[in-house]
Amino acid sequence: MAVWFARSRNLVSSLRHNLCLSTILVKGDYSHHRPIVSTCQLSPTVFLSPYVSSLRHESTAVEKQPDLVQHSDEEDVLQELDFPGGNVGCTSEMKFIPESSSRRIPCYRVLDEDGRIIPNSDYFPVSEKLAVRMYEQMATLQVMDHFFYEAQRQGRISFYITSLGEEAINIASAAALSPEDIVLPQYREPGVLLWRGFTPEEFANQCFGNKADTGKGRQMPVHYGSNRHNYLTISSPIATQLPQAAGVGYSLKMEKKNACAVTFIGDGGTSEGDFHAGLNFAAVMEAPVVFLCRNNGWAISTHTSEQFRSDGIVVKGQAYGIRSIRVDGNDALAVYSAVRSAREMAVTEQRPVLIEAMTYRVGHHSTSDDSAKYRAADEIQHWKTSRNPVNRFKKWVDDNGWWSEEDESELRSNTRKQLLQAIQAAEKCDKQPLKELFNDVYDVKPKNLEEQELGLKELVERQPQDYPPGFHV
Amino acid sequence: MAALLGRSCRKLGFLSSGHGARRSVSTETGKSLNLYSAINQALHIALDSDPRSFVFGEDVGFGGVFRCTTGLAERFGKNRVFNTPLCEQGIVGFGIGLAAMGNRAIVEIQFADYIYPAFDQIVNEAAKFRYRSGNQFNCGGLTIRAPYGAVGHGGHYHSQSPEAFFCHVPGIKVVIPRSPREAKGLLLSCIRDPNPVVFFEPKWLYRQAVEEVPEHDYMIPLSEAEVIREGNDITLVGWGAQLTIMEQACLEAEKEGISCELIDLKTLLPWDKETVEASVKKTGRLLISHEAPITGGFGAEISATILERCFLKLEAPVSRICGLDTPFPLVFEPFYMPTKNKILDAIKTTVNY
Repeated sequence: MAVWFARSRNLVSSLRHNLCLSTILVKGDYSHHRPIVSTCQLSPTVFLSPYVSSLRHESTAVEKQPDLVQHSDEEDVLQELDFPGGNVGCTSEMKFIPESSSRRIPCYRVLDEDGRIIPNSDYFPVSEKLAVRMYEQMATLQVMDHFFYEAQRQGRISFYITSLGEEAINIASAAALSPEDIVLPQYREPGVLLWRGFTPEEFANQCFGNKADTGKGRQMPVHYGSNRHNYLTISSPIATQLPQAAGVGYSLKMEKKNACAVTFIGDGGTSEGDFHAGLNFAAVMEAPVVFLCRNNGWAISTHTSEQFRSDGIVVKGQAYGIRSIRVDGNDALAVYSAVRSAREMAVTEQRPVLIEAMTYRVGHHSTSDDSAKYRAADEIQHWKTSRNPVNRFKKWVDDNGWWSEEDESELRSNTRKQLLQAIQAAEKCDKQPLKELFNDVYDVKPKNLEEQELGLKELVERQPQDYPPGFHV
Repeated sequence: MAALLGRSCRKLGFLSSGHGARRSVSTETGKSLNLYSAINQALHIALDSDPRSFVFGEDVGFGGVFRCTTGLAERFGKNRVFNTPLCEQGIVGFGIGLAAMGNRAIVEIQFADYIYPAFDQIVNEAAKFRYRSGNQFNCGGLTIRAPYGAVGHGGHYHSQSPEAFFCHVPGIKVVIPRSPREAKGLLLSCIRDPNPVVFFEPKWLYRQAVEEVPEHDYMIPLSEAEVIREGNDITLVGWGAQLTIMEQACLEAEKEGISCELIDLKTLLPWDKETVEASVKKTGRLLISHEAPITGGFGAEISATILERCFLKLEAPVSRICGLDTPFPLVFEPFYMPTKNKILDAIKTTVNY
């Protein structure tokens, strides 16, 4: 059991008295003592063997090191040692790094809750055109989420995941990237795809898995992907995209492209081994990757207090040698600035950067979840209303005179119409042909799949009642 | 360009380990190389022929713990040949990312026994990358190499044959070479195949097997099994180092008047059912042998398939001579292994059924 000592000069003197370690080095003593540890008896009440053994280690090193550096201006450091990994100062003061800082890492924000720029903020200015587009897209994302959620409730699609409450992260991060940046999403970032030009029809086609779905109906709804938009296809396993992002970033580096990999993860996903793998690889390989963690407080029903004991995610960056920032994820301007800076650093310095965007998951985890079972209704309401990122940004855009209530109702009504039409069209659209069940397992269909396809065709023709209609053979 | 030795290899000699190689139909000669040198050659050729190819994994920089990557970092630079942190899920995940961008990522897992942390990336990501994206994306450039199999003293964690786990995953290929010459050609095919491939190298043969290996760039086709010894009384199917043992059993069986046909499967997924089927229809008997434990081993898949296709032609039950259903033991290895005599006994039992 390790005994934690408060940083104190008394430690050394008390040790000297109690443990016969009369040869413990003290700053200033150095020149007078040979640092040899005698094999003296330890007080049985104080378990200090790690301390003693480290002293012994030091003394061995010292014997071999005639050239010693004395840092008299450093309070505790007595000399430097050259272990593999570089020089490290040593100290005779036994001090554990505390498990947490006295102060949590502060959150970077630009807009206050009333949508006003906080004086003296650092931020990239956003033009009217850009701001209006950002706002429109945030509102569109909201409307889209409501429509598809309802479609699932009506039984028209099988599943849906909303991004409610995280519109600022979705849109502002996308706005800060270049179209050449390769995005590896988790699953709560459809706004990035929306920003890049994926249409409501395309979203609907994937959710319905119809003939027009470029994913060919193979995956559950919301598992979007689009090579035209540099947005890698979503997969359900959590965090698998993180080490892949390191590889993507490395490829961009090798090709000397002015682009980076950008990958998203939730707070829960950072507990996966792939989080560790991804960050460590990106750091060691010096790959241009922006890791963006959406800390929205909940991994399905698991609150962050059950997910980690650290000060969130931002503090983990330094452990990997990665520059990090915590940002108010509900502040579109802050997210925009942070992602833009991170992207620039990643590309120009060829290094990974970690952003922890603090936010709240307003919606349920998915349509298979009822978060009222594990969260207070007033907590959800609070974040849905007074902490709503869309309203907050709207206030700022409004205040600048760039948006009006007419614009608002026109946008909402047009978007609703567009989505309704998209969903209706997608629903009516033909199904994927049956052959797509067997294609793309490999680049070329192997013999076993040719046989299985023939067998299935024959079976479907013989017993069509066993199978859903509309899948042309 | 790459010469396809496939068809001309039908009568190719087998491992030269102690029994003398039969001369192949093709007049290809080469340099006498062991397995790790042949693999090394393949990697040199792969990196030389495609500037967007990379070799990485634990300790590959200095040449690797089995010397398969010797000279690569010096020749192609540390940007393309590099050590990775000790993290198999990271190695494969990073490789998938590189491959998704159109590069060839030739990844080394130090021992097949340590491939499991990467199982999620292989099964859920690599294998499904093309299919799930509607062919918008693929990681076909990914090749995972890992030494597998008994080595005499490897115990639980340096001897495993995990091929069966991977044969159950649509979307990847699984390839196992039997000799240096085969390894070079097969590895080059794997690297250039537009699908993610797991390539298990029989570590026992890294130094033990020596063979004439043509020095030029050549590829041996995947999913084509090879009859490496013709016979009439019984068909034996195997892969990797086990073929040497099986071959010895065939030679002894021959002394007792039993004519054995020996097939090297080479690619386990997707596997060449037609070649095995044609052979069993001729001989009426099948024996499969692998080091991996018998239950759930790949021999079961071959047995079930051949039963379906050749039932009326079979004169005896399909025999499987495999490892025992235990973790790979250390001191008990000689008892665990599917030995020549276990196979010979089974050949006789099957023939006399």
